[in-house]
Amino acid sequence: MTPAVEILRVARRFGNVQALAGVDLVVGPGEFFGLLGPNGAGKTTLISILAGLTRADAGTARVLGHDVVDDYRNARRLLGVVPQELVFDPFFTVRETLEIQAGYFGLRNADDWIDELLHHLDLTSRAHSNMRALSGGMKRRVLVGQALVHKPPVIVLDEPTAGVDVELRQSLWAFIRKLNSDGHTIILTTHYLEEAEALCGRIAMLKAGRIVALDTKQNLLSSFAGLTVRLTADSLPEDWQSRILRRDDQSYVLSLSNYAELERLLATLRAHEIAVTELSLQEADLEQVFLRIMARAH
Amino acid sequence: MNPAFGSGWLTLLYKELLRFWKVSFQTILAPVLTALLYLLIFSHVLEAHVSVFEGRVRYTAFLIPGLVMMSVLQNAFANSSSSMIQSKITGNLIFVLLPPLSPLDMYAAYVLGAMVRGLVVGAGVLAVTLWFAPLSLEHPLWALAFALLGSAILGTLGLIAGIWADKFDQLAAFQNFLIMPLTFLSGVFYSIHTLPPFWQALSHFNPFFYMIDGFRYGFFGLSDIAPGVSLAVVAAACLALSGLTLVILQRGYKLRH
Repeated sequence: MTPAVEILRVARRFGNVQALAGVDLVVGPGEFFGLLGPNGAGKTTLISILAGLTRADAGTARVLGHDVVDDYRNARRLLGVVPQELVFDPFFTVRETLEIQAGYFGLRNADDWIDELLHHLDLTSRAHSNMRALSGGMKRRVLVGQALVHKPPVIVLDEPTAGVDVELRQSLWAFIRKLNSDGHTIILTTHYLEEAEALCGRIAMLKAGRIVALDTKQNLLSSFAGLTVRLTADSLPEDWQSRILRRDDQSYVLSLSNYAELERLLATLRAHEIAVTELSLQEADLEQVFLRIMARAH
Repeated sequence: MNPAFGSGWLTLLYKELLRFWKVSFQTILAPVLTALLYLLIFSHVLEAHVSVFEGRVRYTAFLIPGLVMMSVLQNAFANSSSSMIQSKITGNLIFVLLPPLSPLDMYAAYVLGAMVRGLVVGAGVLAVTLWFAPLSLEHPLWALAFALLGSAILGTLGLIAGIWADKFDQLAAFQNFLIMPLTFLSGVFYSIHTLPPFWQALSHFNPFFYMIDGFRYGFFGLSDIAPGVSLAVVAAACLALSGLTLVILQRGYKLRH
């Protein structure tokens, strides 16, 4: 099956800064894919190359098999991008903005789909308002509408919820989830790691222009962070002292790789006849994984 | 090409037209009023003192085609340059760069939009100035050819300037130190035969002179140089600038990083 997005050995330098240093990435059709990284990691440059806004120094990028340079017309028709910056054309109303964007893609008679988009993005009542009259959150929703107006099978969302209130964020994600369940491939960059954890199936982490982690969310969570265990006991066997994260009174907070290791810990405690009076577990979240990966990556 | 999609350039053209139409007081009526003021002042001061084409044409009548063409040129330039730089600075150019528009699509839409504004303003100037002097239209097709080519050249120059400039200040410099002097020194207000030989010769290096002189030929059947020569110069300039602009758009100079 043709990958939704295929990035092969893509490199890009801006002056002395190596923004991307030979990135390889394949996103399958229908995936909800997260692209994470600190500021300056190269996420937006990678998206810009995919969208034809920036040209790569080396390597190739394809959208559903269409090269973004040699076959840019088809590649761009298949791609919808929600840009990071909150930009708009102050001359037009919301509806005109969407109609014009549809027309740029050569779509005629897109009225029904535009009505549906306005409804899903809760913009129907503001359809005839000038873009200048909208709040930041509303402008962000129009940007999402502009990216979807040509019904692209691959949708890239570059920080789509920055500055958006919680209620709107939830309705936006419900809509994006629906698009994903309808078969659209979604690529998301966000600084809200809980969003990525809740939505993405696979995640790539970039640092200094390189991919430093690429796996399913579940594998990343279990491989890189494991469990945090808090237990109250009189003592802890010597073998497990190195796993202590912190200690207060008779409580120990330990870092474990997985549930199998927890079982071994409990068995050791039983063997040493150490009574556990209290025990609680906390699974690692994506933020902890992200911080650990970024800390160990050079 | 996917048959479900057409070309988007017509929508970009529509957007360019809608953009200036929405602020037509500023983009159409204001330049018409400016040209009318030029006519009132210059004709009042110079009508009795300046003889053109050996007295065969009244100065006010001579002035009208010059002002019409000047308005066409300045407004064609203003349209494409302001549209491009505003889109660049506000960042909404991304909406034009993301769709599958080719360099030729972008060129055609921006320049045709500029031509329409220039021609609409020119028609407006002609309509309000016609009453001030009897005016014939001896060779309408010549006049039309120069109006179309002149507006295309300035629309193209505006696009180049809008792409090149990173801030409004740079665009104003392009307009005030290049476009404005070339327009005012092109024979809008005088026949170059009234100039000393040195300035007469220098005028031949001003491409705007050929546009104005050729356009005026369409009205009076009289010109400072043969209209065929002017047409060749203007057409060559239009082709050269169009080629340059297409290369700029193809390379994505200052548009795609």
